[in-house]
Amino acid sequence: MDTQLIKNKELVPNDWFWVVPDNSNEEVKKQAGKVVQFKLTGEDFPSDGTLHNVILPEAEKVIVPLRLYLLKTDEIKKKYKEYGIWIYSHDELDLFNHLKEDINSFPVVGVYVEKFADGRIYSLGNLIRRKLSYKNDLRALGDVFKDQLFYLARSGFDSFLIKEGYDAKKALLGLEDFSYSYQGTLNQMPLWSER
Amino acid sequence: MYKYDHYDRKIVNQRVDQYEDQLNRYFNKELTDEEFRPLRLQNGLYIQRHAPMLRVAIPYGLLSSNQLRTLADIADEFDRGYGHFSTRQNIQYNWPKLEDTPKILRKLADAEMHAIQTSGNCIRNITTDPYAGVTPDEIVDTRYIAEILRQWSTFHPEFALLPRKFKISISGSKYDRALVKTHDIGLELVKEQENLFVNVFVGGGLGRTPVIGQLLKENLPIEHLLSYCESIIRIYNLYGRRDNMYKARIKILVKALGVESFKKQVEDDWNDGKNSSNHLNDKEINRVKQFFTSPNYETVESIDLEGQFRDDHNFLHWIKRNTREHIKNGYRSVTISLKGKKQTAPGDIQASEMRVVADLADQYSFGEIRSTHEQNLVLADVKEKDLYDVYSVLCENNLGEANIGLITDIICCPGGDFCSLANAKSIPIAKNIDNLFDNYDFLFDIGTISLNISGCMNACGHHHVGNIGILGVDKDGSEWYQITLGGQQGVNASLGKVIGPSFSADEVPAVVKEILNVYVAQRDSEEELFIDCYNRIGLDPFKEAIYKN
Ligand code: HEM
Ligand code: SF4
Repeated sequence: MDTQLIKNKELVPNDWFWVVPDNSNEEVKKQAGKVVQFKLTGEDFPSDGTLHNVILPEAEKVIVPLRLYLLKTDEIKKKYKEYGIWIYSHDELDLFNHLKEDINSFPVVGVYVEKFADGRIYSLGNLIRRKLSYKNDLRALGDVFKDQLFYLARSGFDSFLIKEGYDAKKALLGLEDFSYSYQGTLNQMPLWSER
Repeated sequence: MYKYDHYDRKIVNQRVDQYEDQLNRYFNKELTDEEFRPLRLQNGLYIQRHAPMLRVAIPYGLLSSNQLRTLADIADEFDRGYGHFSTRQNIQYNWPKLEDTPKILRKLADAEMHAIQTSGNCIRNITTDPYAGVTPDEIVDTRYIAEILRQWSTFHPEFALLPRKFKISISGSKYDRALVKTHDIGLELVKEQENLFVNVFVGGGLGRTPVIGQLLKENLPIEHLLSYCESIIRIYNLYGRRDNMYKARIKILVKALGVESFKKQVEDDWNDGKNSSNHLNDKEINRVKQFFTSPNYETVESIDLEGQFRDDHNFLHWIKRNTREHIKNGYRSVTISLKGKKQTAPGDIQASEMRVVADLADQYSFGEIRSTHEQNLVLADVKEKDLYDVYSVLCENNLGEANIGLITDIICCPGGDFCSLANAKSIPIAKNIDNLFDNYDFLFDIGTISLNISGCMNACGHHHVGNIGILGVDKDGSEWYQITLGGQQGVNASLGKVIGPSFSADEVPAVVKEILNVYVAQRDSEEELFIDCYNRIGLDPFKEAIYKN
């Protein structure tokens, strides 16, 4: 099957259109006077201008940036049968406070990592499950491949859109890297409860 | 000590499989350099000046004799016949081949060892007091808590890719030998009517911005230890800087937010995560604790070593410097110096010497060895009546140097000979200082003092907390050395002050000598230690003497 989406431990067809604003034309804000040595992740958000210019695609199901959803709520509601939202790994949880509806009204919530070495996605998974009590599909988007899946799954994610060009079948095996884990998570007791 | 059960074994073996697969994908170009880098680092693999460096974990510095033999075998089979003990109680190999690393890891796994999280931006090896369990000033034995922390931090799903590395240290004694105030999280165990509590320090560290850690939480009940650490590291993971590796440690975040505001964020998170599934219970604490019960000590009389060996000055010197008091009558702990004249670098040890130490441990110290952050080894439980035999074997094998805590017990990073980040070499500096002291009497006369050398401001040699600190600096492409005085570790941890303009490598030994001359001339008695004298008279007398020529 030609798909990059893993959900509930199997490859599944991806009928979600993932909307990514193109902010390549925006001026990059430099941190004044700082030598940026090891830039791991982008800290910039698309400007309102960029968001306004996003053309909503023809599709049945979309996942749009939460920032875009907040800006074009009515349009999105009207246009699509189903819609989910996603945030950047450098977004703050407070952004969800702007939503008028219950987060559980969204079938999919995504977190996007620009660079694999950005570990904020794991803690965001924990917060979205624990603080926001999100129950539906939590999806990892962006620079996602085999070596993060085991951790992501334990941080509350249940679907993973594997980066283009990376073997999704092999990535699936990443979920089985370990048979046991020492520490507990939100839905798993620590190993010591078995010992 | 802790013994693996089938769970531990499975986890460590699966880690080797996972790593081998990552390495193969890297060789097949399915992973880029940039992608493979954090993955190999999480397995202790650096690429340095000459070859990869592999760092193997020695959890809280505790080793069995068989594990030490395995380390010796690896040194012989895959390296150049030696290993290097680091300042975080681990061991490093400087010359392994990348393609051999899975084989090395399998060998380690067979001996219940690994290289998990020994580098990279994750929670590193938990360190503690090398005399835990045997030191008379102990309040709580830290080893079982350290093991609980080791397990909890191993492959913690949230904390594999933090902004920067994260180091946790734990102390349970009156005197802090674990440097808790210079760690990202420092834990101080205390006891009240048999109940355990933790004082949590945060944001300490050396490196380019040395900071003494601040008290974040007092008297945290032990059952909350893991969940509280989780909240600290979660806030750090989310808000620590990721754009500039030099500003990415937790100390920078704590400074930027202020400790109170940092604490508020931590506690907000923790308060509704208190019933985290990682809430410790007595059953688990006791399960791990039973691995660390006292060995079968014999009831033996204390011996008058001074009287019995009146004429053997060298042995008595060694007793004085390299052995220390033990909780059990008739026993002492022996510290084996890896800073002898024959060692190529501080902390280096030949495979053959590792085997000698392993045999000594089997014969005289219940088969256990500990490593110290001063880069020495410890036999924790030796009977006084066996000390002479132990000393004799050590001397026959070039391990009998009687210099623990003296100026030649130098802490030193690998520096320019091995490390690609270095500004300057550090090992030759250590050697040249060492050569000043061919006369034992002068060495003993100076007494307890610490000298630390780092080849650059990353401070792997902890120069900031050395009574004398030496730092390699780069001036127009040549190697220079900046000297600080007055650094100190322990409960009164403090950072050294720069004495003045830096020196060339040739000048350093003479400067150190001059510093010691000032001390000897100014101390109020032979009992006044260097650091106390410095604190009394300050920097100026030293400065004057050194720069007058
Ligand atoms: C040769 C390869 C090595 C490299 C490339 C290397 C690199 C580094 C770097 C970049 C840092 C600074 C990190 C920071 O402050 O954020 C650091 C810190 C440190 N390194 Fe190394 N290191 C090497 C070898 C060693 C060795 C052999 C030891 C032990 C003897 C060691 C012990 C330490 C310690 C204890 C620190 C922490 C200082 C602190 O508290 O921040 N390193 N290392
Ligand atoms: S202090 Fe600098 S020179 Fe020494 S090992 Fe660390 S990074 Fe290398």
